[in-house]
Amino acid sequence: MHEIALCNSLVELIRDQQRQRGFQRVRRVIVEVGTLGHVDPHALDFAFDVEAKNSPAEGAVLEIREIQGRAWCMDCSQLVTIARRGAACPDCGSFTLIVEQGEELRLKELEVI
Amino acid sequence: MCGVCGCGKGETRVEAATDAHGHAAHDHDHHDHAHSGHIHHEHPHHHSPDHAHAGQHDALRHDPAERAHLVSVEQDILSKNNALALHNRQHFTSHAVLALNLVSSPGAGKTSLLVASLQRLLPDTSVAVIEGDQETSADADRIRATGAPAIQVNTGRGCHLDATMIDEAFHRLHLHDGILFIENVGNLVCPAGFDLGEAHKVVIASVTEGEDKPLKYPNMFAASSLMLVSKVDLLPHLDFDVELLIANARRVNPSIAVIKVSATTGEGIDRWLRWIGAAREMAVASA
Repeated sequence: MHEIALCNSLVELIRDQQRQRGFQRVRRVIVEVGTLGHVDPHALDFAFDVEAKNSPAEGAVLEIREIQGRAWCMDCSQLVTIARRGAACPDCGSFTLIVEQGEELRLKELEVI
Repeated sequence: MCGVCGCGKGETRVEAATDAHGHAAHDHDHHDHAHSGHIHHEHPHHHSPDHAHAGQHDALRHDPAERAHLVSVEQDILSKNNALALHNRQHFTSHAVLALNLVSSPGAGKTSLLVASLQRLLPDTSVAVIEGDQETSADADRIRATGAPAIQVNTGRGCHLDATMIDEAFHRLHLHDGILFIENVGNLVCPAGFDLGEAHKVVIASVTEGEDKPLKYPNMFAASSLMLVSKVDLLPHLDFDVELLIANARRVNPSIAVIKVSATTGEGIDRWLRWIGAAREMAVASA
């Protein structure tokens, strides 16, 4: 439900960028979303179309690049890939994992004209 | 729409707020005072060193046919909230205040636990409470009955507190050398993503919920330093496996601390207050 909120923040950042850089409008918005974070990409995509109305990003394509979850396994001392929080180490089955990557929520690039 | 939570414009109400601040989440301008150096720190996290000055060195890749081009931004989508949270954190440190952000599902017993804690802390310890709810000041009224100062923030259609609301409420509380309890909106999803500047998130899971709550809402449990297992006085009447709840919490957060408490019998409240005392010492030591 907070994807609407996040898209509202995203559109604010885009307005800031427009003020700084002076482009006309945005055609493509490229964001990175970690798969272990609190964001549902489908909800984000839906919310973006709603929130971008009457902004420089109205009608823009939201391109979501998912960043896979990576964690350090404290038991087998290696970096492993995990699909979700609470998943076990795929190698040794331990749950003693320190998440290193996968919580990103970042506006990466804008394609502007 | 509000800039952070998506709630309707004008719906957020910080109790006793003036009209100028009627919609706290939208109004960032009033932070442009002595602390403005922190507010405009636009790249707090995650950017690569190559993009540290993306604003000055646009990584333009021109498409001559369309005159469209790519500009590199590299900003955390929550950067505004995160910058305000940093501002709050510095504010708490300079006031020697330990701020705790209490999060749970609706009905897990946050307010009852808070009342039981305040009754023990007062009058020797300075305390204050910021109460977040969508509507009503019922919870702040319960808190004030203990003698503790409390400010109610009604988020309207919003589902969580954000750093701006906390900044505004904290300025009204005049708390020094004490403990600030922030009771977030009952919701295990959205508050996980919004840093308020607290020293710790404390998640409350009651034994009347399912043991699998930490697996269903992993981000909140991953973001919390402590899990309070509440309503443990009810355990004899329930088929609830506390150890399974704890094991599930540690699957998503191996370092989470756990204390079993009951606001009704007082069980575990001493341990919880000792945990707060230790957190306060840590906060002062690192200031």
